[in-house]
Amino acid sequence: MSKDVFVFVEQRDGVISKVGIELIGEATRLAAKLNEKVVAVLLGSDIKSKANMCIEYGADKVVVVDAPQLAEYLTDPYARAIETVIKKYDPEIFIYGATSIGRDLAPRVSARVHTGLTADCTGLDIQPDPKAADPAAAQLLLYMTRPAFGGNIMATIICRDYRPQMATVRPGVMQALEKDASRKGAIEEVKVEFKPEDARVKIRQVLKEEKKTVDITEAKVLVSGGRGIGGPKGFDMLKDCAAVFGGEISSSRACVDAGWIEKSRQVGQTGKTVRPDLYLACGISGAIQHLAGMEQSNFIVAINKNDTAPIFDVADVGIVGDLKVIVPKLTEAIKKVKAAKEAKED
Amino acid sequence: MDFALSKEHVLLQELYRKFAENEVKPLAQEIDEEEKFPKEIVDKLGKYGMLGIAFPTEYGGQGADYLAYIMCVEQLAKFCGTTATIVAAHSSLCVYPIFAFGTEEQKRKYLPDLTSGRKLGGFALTEPGAGTDSSMQQTKAVKDGDNYILNGTKCFITNGGEADVYIVATMTDKSKGNHGITSFIVEKGTPGFSFGKHEKKMGIRGSATCDLVFENAVIPAKNMIGQEGQGFKIMMQTLDAGRISMAALAMGLGEGAFDITVKYVKERKQFGRSIASFQNTQFELADIKTKLDAAQLICYRAACEKDAGRPFSMYAAQAKYLCASTASDVTRRCLQLFGGYGYMREYDIERMMRDAKITEIYEGTNEVQKIVIANHLKIK
Amino acid sequence: MKIVVCVKQVPDTTEVKLDPKTNTLIRDGVPSIINPDDKAGIEAALELKERLNDGSTVTIVSMGPPQADVALREALAMGADEAYLLSDRKFGGSDTYATSTIVAAGVAKIGYDIVITGRQAIDGDTAQVGPQIAEHLGIPQVSYAEDIQIEGKTVVVKRKYEDREHVLELPIPCLITALAELASPRYMSVRGVMDAYRVKQVKILTFEDLKDMFNPDYIGLQGSPTNVFKSFPKQAKGKGEYYPDLSADEAVNTIVAKLEEKHII
Repeated sequence: MSKDVFVFVEQRDGVISKVGIELIGEATRLAAKLNEKVVAVLLGSDIKSKANMCIEYGADKVVVVDAPQLAEYLTDPYARAIETVIKKYDPEIFIYGATSIGRDLAPRVSARVHTGLTADCTGLDIQPDPKAADPAAAQLLLYMTRPAFGGNIMATIICRDYRPQMATVRPGVMQALEKDASRKGAIEEVKVEFKPEDARVKIRQVLKEEKKTVDITEAKVLVSGGRGIGGPKGFDMLKDCAAVFGGEISSSRACVDAGWIEKSRQVGQTGKTVRPDLYLACGISGAIQHLAGMEQSNFIVAINKNDTAPIFDVADVGIVGDLKVIVPKLTEAIKKVKAAKEAKED
Repeated sequence: MDFALSKEHVLLQELYRKFAENEVKPLAQEIDEEEKFPKEIVDKLGKYGMLGIAFPTEYGGQGADYLAYIMCVEQLAKFCGTTATIVAAHSSLCVYPIFAFGTEEQKRKYLPDLTSGRKLGGFALTEPGAGTDSSMQQTKAVKDGDNYILNGTKCFITNGGEADVYIVATMTDKSKGNHGITSFIVEKGTPGFSFGKHEKKMGIRGSATCDLVFENAVIPAKNMIGQEGQGFKIMMQTLDAGRISMAALAMGLGEGAFDITVKYVKERKQFGRSIASFQNTQFELADIKTKLDAAQLICYRAACEKDAGRPFSMYAAQAKYLCASTASDVTRRCLQLFGGYGYMREYDIERMMRDAKITEIYEGTNEVQKIVIANHLKIK
Repeated sequence: MKIVVCVKQVPDTTEVKLDPKTNTLIRDGVPSIINPDDKAGIEAALELKERLNDGSTVTIVSMGPPQADVALREALAMGADEAYLLSDRKFGGSDTYATSTIVAAGVAKIGYDIVITGRQAIDGDTAQVGPQIAEHLGIPQVSYAEDIQIEGKTVVVKRKYEDREHVLELPIPCLITALAELASPRYMSVRGVMDAYRVKQVKILTFEDLKDMFNPDYIGLQGSPTNVFKSFPKQAKGKGEYYPDLSADEAVNTIVAKLEEKHII
């Protein structure tokens, strides 16, 4: 009988990824509905010492595979290790972070063990099988919800007959539990028998990323300035704000025409079209030519002194106020929130 | 009678449209504002075979039909009248006469470079005193052993200065009138052959338009196209065929204007609603669309008649006349639908209107087209 | 070298709009295109072929309905040598496991040295089929490829992670999934379009042609381990919140609270 909710806890250079912790948190909620346990799966080399962190964040058990072949991520040895774990424990559910590792590893594993996999989930739930003849005796299934069609619609997927039910989950969506250093749990080490074909691919070089110039259409957060920022110096304040979000600055046409910022930052009809997760419009009136370039943004916050500015028609949160006061305060507030989050994770 | 395009033509149209949208559209405003000849676009067009579409592969062409060629001009014109003009003048007015009337030696010498885009072509008939009355050629060519010595000035020459190869009409025997005109292939860099200043035009401002100046330019006799005295016929037949591509260009301008207008009227709101919801807008666009579709049909029909090897002269003239008039009318009416914004250079519509006007004039004015059509009616 | 590129014809989801009245997708008039990551794969394959200049060929494989023919013609017009369309009613309704089963069978039947797939299709957005094909074929995979070079019998791939890159060496045969950044796709050429229809062929492989290459229980709707329980539109945007009378501190608190609620920070 398949049992328990397994979580692939990703690590890079011995540092456990945030998404792994988030998924353990989510797994506890799923396991509770199933009345089963949460098992974190940690792969790496010299990684045993990090296992306890998974317990502290909610896992009941940690399965560790510690082998030199797993020091740096490669598909084949990692897939072999996960395959071994799945065959040994027969999990009910196995979830992975939808990172460039998870989205490479999980499909390989799903094909190997012949099971269903749902990608980039933003919602997980436990519900009875919708086709069950008797709903009271229905088996409980993992409902996996995720965006499709380029993000234009949502789909809920189920995997009725194959185990484990697998999903890769979008980072930053699930809630981690509070760290509890007093939590206790079991740590089991599993030895994996690697095959010769697991060493087919060799790492010639590992290159750490250098910062490249960002195209504003790729930024996830844009802090955008309009005529209301008053002058080129206004962008310094916006740059600080963008920095704490890990985003970029952008601009309406007015500032570009006034020579306050370069044209490559212009959003709008005659500039670029952007769809960031957050568009912070500061001192931008919201002329239709500007809206054409940013109204598809996921979340729009607008700050403007003019209470009838048309930007407020598209803003999710509209603040009438002085951006010169609000933006620096916002920067500080976000800094504090992020610092608090990092502290919690250590 | 099947009005559907073949699968091949549909995919070709896709190629042209994608190229025009990605490569030409982003530069169209700059080409106009700065009167900039778009060399990079021309090079890319050559790379993908779009400067030799309707010429046989043995001469470096793509081996497609005339319809495939004019569809390219149409798609380019949707975004940039300048780019489309460069392609049409090159293909129809330079590559075509060499292909249709040149000797095998001339074809092998010039066509591969022209069809690949390594060299660009131009056509020089017009002179200060010879516009619609093109038989009034003053540029003289006097035989001198194995050469001809050219003296005179051509004006309003498209691709002037940028093209490497020009088809030039000259007077070799004034006493014979039209039958005293001879055409030559003249290469840039020939001693005695220089260019005048570039004209400042109302539209297609990135298109190079200038005088060609001949001062005792020495042209080898083997560069003559056809025989002495055949030049006028060659030029007229060249213009005849080229007419259809100019019609397609005009059509493209009209279609481009229509497309951006449809988008604009849906977005622009006045009196609490989009202006697209007003009956005037709807009626205007319905009328415009009908006229554009009719123009396209007549243009494609002319191309198909040419491809079928049947007489096409009247259809070509009809197409040029109708498409040019329609383009001029449609772009003006579309600008009106943009209201005040339409007058601003930031929006493309005023450029399209300025570009459209020339289509009623060059390669045979509207009036010339009517003469051609009337001639075919046999009513005199 | 036989380079096989797996390609999908997809609706251009960047053009898809939501009908505000019914909250459903407007699919009419949305053009069909070659999936962008796959197109980069085609370009990478063509560039490899040109660099190798040794008679290597580029073969396109796609699973889809008959209408997908035009996508394959486009790939041929770009310069691919031949194309196969895996098409059969029995393939319909396949999830990624079933799809990869079918495509792997087609690729195996055709023969290959290097398989290139796009990382992710813009309609399904799963990024699963490439790695699953590699597993079915039993060959090593590298996804998120930014660069591909061939050094003798070794394929050298630059693989992108969020925070680093790996330069990897793979043996042939292998499978690589391409990011759109891998290569900037060329346009078709005019002659290319004509050759695509007059000289080259799109060969159709049906269930009958492939059934000895896979287990028929593992394909189609019946063979799919996952299925869609329901699909629904994203929550409509709705009216925003408007705060005309807050102090600066209140405004900041409101913004931060909303951003946390929406998981933006």
